[in-house]
Amino acid sequence: MQQTIDTARVATGFELESLSWRERHQSTIRMWRLYARTLSRNTSAMLGVGLVLVFFLAAVLGPWFVPYPEDITGAVNLDIKLQPPSVEHWFGTDEVGRDVFSRVVIGTQLTLKIALIIVGVATLIGVPLGIIAGYVGGVVQEVIMRVTDVFLGVPGLILAIAIVGALGPGIVNAMLALSLVWWPGYVRLVQAKTLSLKNENFVEAARSLGAGPLRIVFVHILPNCTSPIIVKASMDMGMAILGAAALGFLGLGAQPPEPEWGAMISNARKYMPDWWWYSFFPGMAIFITVLGFNLLGDGLRDVLDPSHRE
Amino acid sequence: MTRFLAKRGILIGVMLLGLLTLTFFISHVAPGDPAHLRAGPDATPEMVEVIRVKYGLDKPLMTQFYVYLKGMLVGDWGESIHSSRKVWDELVIYFPNTAELVIFSILIAIVLGVPIGVLAAVNQNTAIDHFLRVLSISGVALPMFWLGLMLQLFFALKHPLFPLNGQLHVLLDPPDPITHLILVDSLLRGQWSLFINAAQHMVLPALTLSVPGMASIIRVNRAEMLETLNKDYIVNARAQGLSAFRIIGMYALRNAMLATMAMIGLRFGWMLGGTVMVETVFDWPGVGLYAVNGAINNDFAPIIGSTIVLGFFFMLTNLVIDIIYGVLDPRVRTQI
Repeated sequence: MQQTIDTARVATGFELESLSWRERHQSTIRMWRLYARTLSRNTSAMLGVGLVLVFFLAAVLGPWFVPYPEDITGAVNLDIKLQPPSVEHWFGTDEVGRDVFSRVVIGTQLTLKIALIIVGVATLIGVPLGIIAGYVGGVVQEVIMRVTDVFLGVPGLILAIAIVGALGPGIVNAMLALSLVWWPGYVRLVQAKTLSLKNENFVEAARSLGAGPLRIVFVHILPNCTSPIIVKASMDMGMAILGAAALGFLGLGAQPPEPEWGAMISNARKYMPDWWWYSFFPGMAIFITVLGFNLLGDGLRDVLDPSHRE
Repeated sequence: MTRFLAKRGILIGVMLLGLLTLTFFISHVAPGDPAHLRAGPDATPEMVEVIRVKYGLDKPLMTQFYVYLKGMLVGDWGESIHSSRKVWDELVIYFPNTAELVIFSILIAIVLGVPIGVLAAVNQNTAIDHFLRVLSISGVALPMFWLGLMLQLFFALKHPLFPLNGQLHVLLDPPDPITHLILVDSLLRGQWSLFINAAQHMVLPALTLSVPGMASIIRVNRAEMLETLNKDYIVNARAQGLSAFRIIGMYALRNAMLATMAMIGLRFGWMLGGTVMVETVFDWPGVGLYAVNGAINNDFAPIIGSTIVLGFFFMLTNLVIDIIYGVLDPRVRTQI
């Protein structure tokens, strides 16, 4: 949107400042309305929005509404250990009598933090590298893309395990490892997009009007890369949650007293089959959260990328 | 075509060199002391120094890289601290088990995924289609390790239909190796009871590993089928009065399979990574479990060895898909 307004002003000498905010941003407002309408008509996307919203609310408000906040880490109530789900303990209790429901709800915080950091670091590394590769081209592109290819040429989880192996197990190292294997996807996405945008007419026009490379990148290329990045980031939130939970389960990520879903399941595994609820509910939490982000990402793609609209 | 193959060949060579460089960086340049890493957590400072000299870790980085590459190429992949055996020798034992698991998982994913995708496309926007869509979206969101545990809970512990874990009953010996794949070998040697036992052990892990792949195959196949079913030549075939079975099976599915093939290849490679979780849950003696045990025991050489093996076969899979694509679709050949 921005680039059309820019060139229009130069071409016509039209004074945009004389118009009200609403008038100046009319096209943007219309665009957002269209997005909202398309999204709200998509049932599965709305389910995704709902699930993600519940997840965020649980992460933010969790500490205020969980029934047994003292069970999050240290509490021990051996006389009520491994109780089945009941009115007092919706998801039952674990091997030292902690309320599984409270721990699953509080687990959303850690999960959200981990996923945001992984996806955030991956975008911060991947997007600039992708733009540089696509815009500069030549040897720089060759080097960046070959390194990206190598990273993408190894299954992500096994590479993450190798990195955790070198750094030592723990939640911080697990996040670091997953971030380090996650960025190449963004490089490939953004590089391809930059390559195609670079030769578009509006970029050509901006360049011929004397816009420098930085202005072209930040004003004309980056804003047009945002929709695919947002779609990928939304999908990746779900995948990052799965990855972090997997490392937690393998004993390489978050360590036991932490209320992390994967680590909880790893612990609960010893208590199958008689005490099934202990491993069942944290797994359901992972499943539902990931499902939410996937549905949301799917819906966003339909909205932001018209070629995918059904 | 020769040019295309040559280019692909060079590319995989470059990728392999890249993989070795990457693993070199992880094992030699990672923060912390690489000699300490190799010596294990219980080593005394003297032992660390011995290891440092033994592995040449006191030499300049370029020399180390040269030594590392040479070692990798002649099969000297270091030693496991845990078992004091050569990593290469252990990987030779574990890899066929992983290969067997992945092959059966992808077969399950294809055999179930392709027909289900067709079923969904043929019944577009009906209750069947919606139900299958929910199923396939859920399949990608399921944490595989948890799915494995739940299958164990239900089909091995509550209702003992299948064995809980492992590859064979503890009292049974694997057949004399021909291909090193237990199911294939027991069949070739005519050992039926062994074959049945191994097959029973295969069901739950292979099913677990196949679920996310199956879900993606259903989605892609459905979308491609819908696209081809709307093409003019299909409408024409219908107008000519060809049977639905013939139209779907012969004309539509064949064209839809091109994109589905790409997804199958992608998912096959991805399953190599997934074995890490499935093998841990089902105690399956493969490369994934070997890597995880290495990471837990601070045993570094096995992790690097497993990463290289799984990475190598992942790259090989991608190469094979590329070549199949090039054979099936001549446009791809000229593009690159």
